[in-house]
Amino acid sequence: MTITHHPAPESLMSCSAGSMPEAFAAVMASHIAMCPTCRGDLAVMEQIGTVLFDEIASTPVSGPIAVDTRRNVGPGRGDEKQLRSDGSIPQPLVKALGNSLDQVSWTHIGPGIWQHRIALSRRGRGSLRLIKVDPGRSLPEHGHSGSELTLVLRGAFRDESGSYNVGDVADIGQDVEHAPIADADQGCICLVATEGQMRFKGRIARLMQRFVGF
Amino acid sequence: MNGLLTIDRSQGRARKCARPMSMADFLQRIAEAGDVEAFRKLFEAYAPRVKSYMMRQGADANTAEELAQETLLTVWRKARLYSGDKGSATTWIFTIARNLRIDKLRREQTWVALPDGYDQEASPDATPDEALAQEERRVRVQRALAELPSDQHEAVVLSYIEGLSHSEIAERLELPLGTVKSRMRLAYLKIRDAVEDLK
Repeated sequence: MTITHHPAPESLMSCSAGSMPEAFAAVMASHIAMCPTCRGDLAVMEQIGTVLFDEIASTPVSGPIAVDTRRNVGPGRGDEKQLRSDGSIPQPLVKALGNSLDQVSWTHIGPGIWQHRIALSRRGRGSLRLIKVDPGRSLPEHGHSGSELTLVLRGAFRDESGSYNVGDVADIGQDVEHAPIADADQGCICLVATEGQMRFKGRIARLMQRFVGF
Repeated sequence: MNGLLTIDRSQGRARKCARPMSMADFLQRIAEAGDVEAFRKLFEAYAPRVKSYMMRQGADANTAEELAQETLLTVWRKARLYSGDKGSATTWIFTIARNLRIDKLRREQTWVALPDGYDQEASPDATPDEALAQEERRVRVQRALAELPSDQHEAVVLSYIEGLSHSEIAERLELPLGTVKSRMRLAYLKIRDAVEDLK
């Protein structure tokens, strides 16, 4: 797997700072799990956070703290063992989706297009979903009222800006309109975070949006 | 040593953080022996800064104090997962504080894991060489941060310490979103240049 499209450094930074809207943080975390290059950058970025944290002035902490030092509740071996991904799904998504892409249930939302919504926290900002596009099919041309971050999990797609394979991230700004086309052989499954609504252009696409809340 | 231990933190005053390696040693003593004295040292070194951090993130003093306690208790519980070869003790503790802040203050799910990966058992300690490289990296990042133009430094601090997203920073500073992004990007490129040869 060769990843050629990485997220912008300022997005990775925001992610390392813990300042990213939740839907986008989920896409970033998934890409990071697949991408050694970005993990290298993230290590430097975490160092930035550490240095800034180190420079914060202290605020006195008052009152006693009780630590239960009994061994059975003391420094443990961490939390319960996590389900491991079968490789088709980035580990950060396993909790939300199970450990394989093949187990995901899909809702049909248009010709050759399927989705699976991923619940965010009640106050989580943005929306997060998997989108599956059948081989050779395309998403209707659309723009965005906010930004959109897409990560390819299976197959590939291309649009006006280039072609995207497994692990690649497409960071689509607010003013960009595009009509992604799924790979002719494998189709495409993507993880997509959006801030605000997609704005479809044609009449049928707009109708589709009304019925499925896409 | 068994039973409940109460630590009186009323003496807890701001103190200069000890050298990172000794903090890592304390973590190791907690992991291996449940060393309460080591925990007290960590608590005194970090809890006051975690409290300030939480307040900068918008928590009131009481909430910030609770979150500082919870951060350090998580350090106690997870000490065995700390691994010296993945980053300094401060980095690890800061990440725990950051995740707790997302979880409790923003009530959102944390998607980005701790720097030790996916909570796997820690690997053996950093070698002395790795510890030295880590310290060198910290010093260089610190210097590069200090040398940033003030507008870039400001954007980075708002992101890391005040927890603002790019759009929130843009709103706060009354700047176009693109300007905020490019300031952060420029800041990172300078810092990365400063540590490039250590990778």
